[in-house]
Amino acid sequence: MSETGAQTVAYVRDTMLPAAPAPQAESGAIRWLRENLFSGPVNTILTLLGIGIVYFLIVTFWDWLAHSVWNAGSLSECREIIAATWGEGARGACWAVIRDRWNQYVFGFYPRDLYWRPTMTMGLMMVALAPVLFAPERRIRRILLVITAAVTLVSMIALSAPAGWLLFAAVMLIGGLVISERNVLWLLPFSVVFPLLGVWLLWGGSLWGPIFVLVGPALGWLAYRAMLRVLPAASVIVAIIVTLLFWLTLAGEAARDAENLLSLSIQSVRSDRFGGFLLSVTIGVSGISLSLPLGIMLALARQSNMFLIKSLAVVFIEFIRGVPLITLLFVASLLLNYFLPPGTTFDIILRVIIMVTLFAAAYMAEVIRGGLAALPKGQYEAADALGLDYWKAQRLIVLPQALKISIPGIVSTFIGMFKDTTLVTFVGLYDPLKSMSDAVRASTDWKGIYWEPYIFVGAIFFLICFGMSRYSMYLERRLQRDHR
Amino acid sequence: METIERQIDRSQMTVSDEVAIDIRAMNKWYGSFHVLRDINLTVYRGERIVIAGPSGSGKSTLIRCINRLEEHQTGDIIVDGIALTSDIKNIDKVRSEVGMVFQHFNLFPHLTVLENCTLAPIWVRKIPRKQAEETAMLFLEKVKIPEQAHKYPGQLSGGQQQRVAIARALCMQPRIMLFDEPTSALDPEMIKEVHDTMIQLAEEGMTMLCVTHEMGFAQAVANRVIFMDQGQIVEQNNPTDFFNNPQSERTRLFLSQILGH
Repeated sequence: MSETGAQTVAYVRDTMLPAAPAPQAESGAIRWLRENLFSGPVNTILTLLGIGIVYFLIVTFWDWLAHSVWNAGSLSECREIIAATWGEGARGACWAVIRDRWNQYVFGFYPRDLYWRPTMTMGLMMVALAPVLFAPERRIRRILLVITAAVTLVSMIALSAPAGWLLFAAVMLIGGLVISERNVLWLLPFSVVFPLLGVWLLWGGSLWGPIFVLVGPALGWLAYRAMLRVLPAASVIVAIIVTLLFWLTLAGEAARDAENLLSLSIQSVRSDRFGGFLLSVTIGVSGISLSLPLGIMLALARQSNMFLIKSLAVVFIEFIRGVPLITLLFVASLLLNYFLPPGTTFDIILRVIIMVTLFAAAYMAEVIRGGLAALPKGQYEAADALGLDYWKAQRLIVLPQALKISIPGIVSTFIGMFKDTTLVTFVGLYDPLKSMSDAVRASTDWKGIYWEPYIFVGAIFFLICFGMSRYSMYLERRLQRDHR
Repeated sequence: METIERQIDRSQMTVSDEVAIDIRAMNKWYGSFHVLRDINLTVYRGERIVIAGPSGSGKSTLIRCINRLEEHQTGDIIVDGIALTSDIKNIDKVRSEVGMVFQHFNLFPHLTVLENCTLAPIWVRKIPRKQAEETAMLFLEKVKIPEQAHKYPGQLSGGQQQRVAIARALCMQPRIMLFDEPTSALDPEMIKEVHDTMIQLAEEGMTMLCVTHEMGFAQAVANRVIFMDQGQIVEQNNPTDFFNNPQSERTRLFLSQILGH
């Protein structure tokens, strides 16, 4: 039949076809193998080569892994056990070093009788994070908080925490769980206060310090309210100035005076006692939570129409990105002291946190700028046309969408930053990877052990970073509603 | 060309002598390109004005100047008695009184239809959420999609999205509505549902400025048609005379091409 014939024959459909089910996909393991692994000569060769490499790796490392020793007091004892069990010349992994030095890896040189304090801080951090990370997911929150409460309380008992603090932790953890079941947003005030509480619990000293740090923004807010009536344009700037002035001039004195009137002190711990994963997590979590808002501000500044603000943002971002992190850390540890007034003690961990935050924020700003650029211009125009001012448009329309687009990049920056916390070894802090493993090897017991500490530290880093990566994928899925 | 079955009853429509928008000797440049040249236009309350013209003639730019999505360089634009200058307060005031509907809808994809409609009333007008939601539902019923209120824009058809966009603009209870080629991105079946909504709006006495290529809509709804070319107003007239007896050569050429005579 010719094509022209088909065109000239009139046709009218009198019944519409109902939807038919899609044909069953052909399945079966054999078919899958043939399609994916043996589809042609090249694929087959590659598959066999791959299997060969995996086999070689397993054969090489299997003995070593299978001959693991978990109970030994020193490397020589480890080797004796391996020789006695699997014969002379057998190789084996000596994980006993981790068992032996677990506390050192986790807490560094933190006073042994105060180990419960970082433990409790970690537990409370989970409560503070619940409304931020898992706001709409009651089930995940419940699992997370129950496990956190159980692990924290059991660890605190095992670490012989004082009864009063144990009660405090129990009230906070179980109270957090109860509130999270009622309405998780009620936990947000705790999330806001937690950083100060955490700093106090980790470093100790007087509670009046954190309290007067909080008084600063409160005064700033009062100034803001007052200025709003007189000169609204300057109110934000005045609020910031009042806050900073209070912190720089009055806060220290006030905290000392209050401490003399009513002592609210716990034993203080110096920064050089921090080490291991406690140090990494402290720097990492602070850096992550500070660099995101700073990165957002920098990204917005770089997109700003105001020349000065834009130029400052560009200079800052390009400078920080162009300099290795180690340089910034050296600046933090050595140079900063020259610029500060003599006699000021500026904590080394705080300095490192500031530098790491600035470093991550510069990268973050570029990642978020990508997200901002990906938004169609119409979104800005629609927000403008509705009469939303700049900040409301950013907060309600632009950032929710731009940040969603940027999630993979943001989390990559977080992961990179968390791994970079090991670089603090260069300014004399005890990071878990280099300094702590060196410290472990410095003892006669564990002299000469290399693989096991590195594998252990690497595995912990992998777990945390993989966790962040999975969280980012979960978040992307959860926010994918506009593509439904 | 699309035909509008429902002509609006013009005898019922009153155009007051109160000025809604006054544009005087307005000029705008993009860099050195003179995009709007000496625009003079007075819009009275209750008028339905259709702006037609070839692409690149400055029609969209003109109505985007009215809510300052574009900045004009010389001349005056006075909307509802407020002069548009670089004063941000006046701009925000004008923007909350003037609703705008875009060619590509520009709904906020991360918010539901209802949230799209309540966002500006809550954050700009400071109306309590519950009340804003009630108003939004009223307008969603008016554009005939109340049942989609809790869906996301991405789940709706183009015509439905544009009607949501109209409802979103109406929720601010504007006194003037601007339409920037509201049906250009829609297929013919959807154009009708959007036009019906706009006709209904016209019948209620809304002051409307509409940039469109749909001459049927202009004939049915407009009380004044403005023809623009090369950044200038070439001709303006009531629709009957505009379509049956165009004065300028340029208008005649345009109409013959667009109407396919």
